[in-house]
Amino acid sequence: MDRRNFIKGAASTLAALALAGCNEQVEEYLQQHFVEMSKEELDEARERLKKKYRQKFGVDFKIGAEPALPEVLFSYGLDLSRCIGCRRCVYACVQENNQSRKPQIQWIRVVRMENGSMDLEESDHYYEGGMVPKEGYYTMPIQCQQCENPPCVKVCPTKATWQEPDGIVVVDYNWCIGCRYCMAACPYWARRFNFSEPHIPKEEINPNTHYLGNRPRMRGVVEKCTFCIQRTRKGRYPACVEACPVGARKFGNILDPDSEISKVIETKRVFRLKSELNTQPKFYYFFSI
Amino acid sequence: MQKEYVADFFAQLRHFLSQAAQRLIKGPPIYYGWLSFLLLIVGAGVYAYTYQFEQGLNITGMTDQVSWGLYISNFTFLVGVAAAAVLLIIPAYVYNFGPIKEITILGEILAVCAILMCMMFVTLDLGRPERMWHLMPIIGRPNFPSSILDWDVLVLNGYLYLNLFVSIYLLSTMYFKRKVNYRLILPFIFLSIPWAVSIHTVTAYLYNGLGARPFWNSAILAPRFLASAFCSGPALCIIIFQVVRKFTNFNVSDKAIFKIGEMICIAMGINLLLLGAEVFKELYTDSVHKAPIVYLFVGLHGHDSLVKWIWTAMAFNITSFFLFLIPKTRKKYITLNIACVLIVVGVWIEKGMGLVIPGFIPSPLGEIWEYSPRLYESMITVGVWALGMILYTLALKIAIPIELGEMHMLEKETPLPDDEAINVEYFN
Repeated sequence: MDRRNFIKGAASTLAALALAGCNEQVEEYLQQHFVEMSKEELDEARERLKKKYRQKFGVDFKIGAEPALPEVLFSYGLDLSRCIGCRRCVYACVQENNQSRKPQIQWIRVVRMENGSMDLEESDHYYEGGMVPKEGYYTMPIQCQQCENPPCVKVCPTKATWQEPDGIVVVDYNWCIGCRYCMAACPYWARRFNFSEPHIPKEEINPNTHYLGNRPRMRGVVEKCTFCIQRTRKGRYPACVEACPVGARKFGNILDPDSEISKVIETKRVFRLKSELNTQPKFYYFFSI
Repeated sequence: MQKEYVADFFAQLRHFLSQAAQRLIKGPPIYYGWLSFLLLIVGAGVYAYTYQFEQGLNITGMTDQVSWGLYISNFTFLVGVAAAAVLLIIPAYVYNFGPIKEITILGEILAVCAILMCMMFVTLDLGRPERMWHLMPIIGRPNFPSSILDWDVLVLNGYLYLNLFVSIYLLSTMYFKRKVNYRLILPFIFLSIPWAVSIHTVTAYLYNGLGARPFWNSAILAPRFLASAFCSGPALCIIIFQVVRKFTNFNVSDKAIFKIGEMICIAMGINLLLLGAEVFKELYTDSVHKAPIVYLFVGLHGHDSLVKWIWTAMAFNITSFFLFLIPKTRKKYITLNIACVLIVVGVWIEKGMGLVIPGFIPSPLGEIWEYSPRLYESMITVGVWALGMILYTLALKIAIPIELGEMHMLEKETPLPDDEAINVEYFN
């Protein structure tokens, strides 16, 4: 309460000082952390963003702020036997989540490894040309593993990144100071930084967004996969799951014993990447054959 | 009564400021030359920074793969320099070792300047520096005690104010020609000893606690940080003391300088021992975790941009170790100074780029993406160094006359030639 009053006081003082045209910028600058905003404050923040996005992209945005659904813990399964390494997930993700096209930002990295090895140091990140899959090789898509024990959240100096009740690790892009400590802490190289102003062509923008997910970001902040929070909290699949042409990607509520993901964990031999680090990913790799 | 007192205070402050302004304005040609030279570099740095401010951090060599670079490397090195001020305090106060005592204030002011430079480097590295207030208690949302970065902010700020307080207190007693109240100040001086250890330990922990980065995830990282800091910081002090001795009446005894040399020798011995332990553990174990150290020392899959740097550092550190070890070379100024320069440069490479960059190579997904600083990034970095040197020069320009008793409350203002007097008037 003290904090809110302090901010309000500071806000009104600064707002009074600011020129009429700068008011919105000042309000945005003094905006509180997502979880500390009241409903009204959050609505104001969303209106500000909508106005800004409309100016920039010429479309009306939907900026959802749907909370986590009760009794839901999202989990992901990836069938390494099926993945062919076509990278359609990568581009579907870019499209859905408004990643910058210039410079290119991608939340999913697909690495190709020789059969018989899972040494990431020997992996090829930039394979191209020819047909997929390539004889003698297999591919492994890697994205945010939505850890239960996330090192990125632990190190963030401002609590700008945190874990939601449904297990998704999110970022408040308006609170991140851009120190990139989380990037150093992530064992899965899942986080990306906006080193420059992100650019997305107007015709490619996705206006259906979530405040903590795929709304357009600004320069100087960190972003990452959110299991398509804007879709999954409304009962839809993440874009990468829909895009996968071979059905290698599974997604669902791990608390529901009948969900696809629960079945995968029950019936397949699954493993988690770098399990020795005790990050406890909610991202399970498995082999169906 | 109180009114008079306040008026008195302002009169004293005015008096002090006019004295200080005169001290800062007057100086031999080399003083003007030195400051103009530094200002030129700062100017270039400011110009480069405006470019970064407009464009973003993409003007640096940093990428998603190597997400910290030259700025954080210099930050890390300078925390060490700041911590090393204790090396001067411990013998001065604990053992009452005479000769070092007078020069302790110079070390403390160096610590203050180094911390200010650290803060500048960290701020430069932020994507959103204007949101710094998010870190602060009450108005922001610090992730304390979970985030080591918050601990670092805390200990660095504490260290800054502690050293500022101690040096300002000591200087003000000298200025007013009062007796030092040791019962008041000694606890703070003693507190600054563990505090200095803490700033470099916490800075080491910043890297140390990340399971994602095996290169940093080693228990001897903090001791290594301390050992190398106790080399570079005091070596820098030896150089500074000689400069001060040459250009002012301030007397730094040979005995004090050689004593510091002995300490550096011990610290470098420990530093090399710890480095050897690290290299042995990684190479003999021969696990996948050795990749960064292999990258650093011999290159990995044909990528070797740090190799020449680290071997330069090794050569410098080992040569200087022997120069400090052998009494003949330690007690001869030419070899002593060579050793000091070598050790500062050697540690700057080893604890700067040599520590930060290999942590990111290979990336957690095994990708090797090399980093090298870009032009504007380097200009900004050199600019911060120059700004730090200006701060230190100006601080000493006032502190040394106070220590020498040349500048004190009762000193009459020396009349200046007319044109300069106008300037002083304006300055006041």
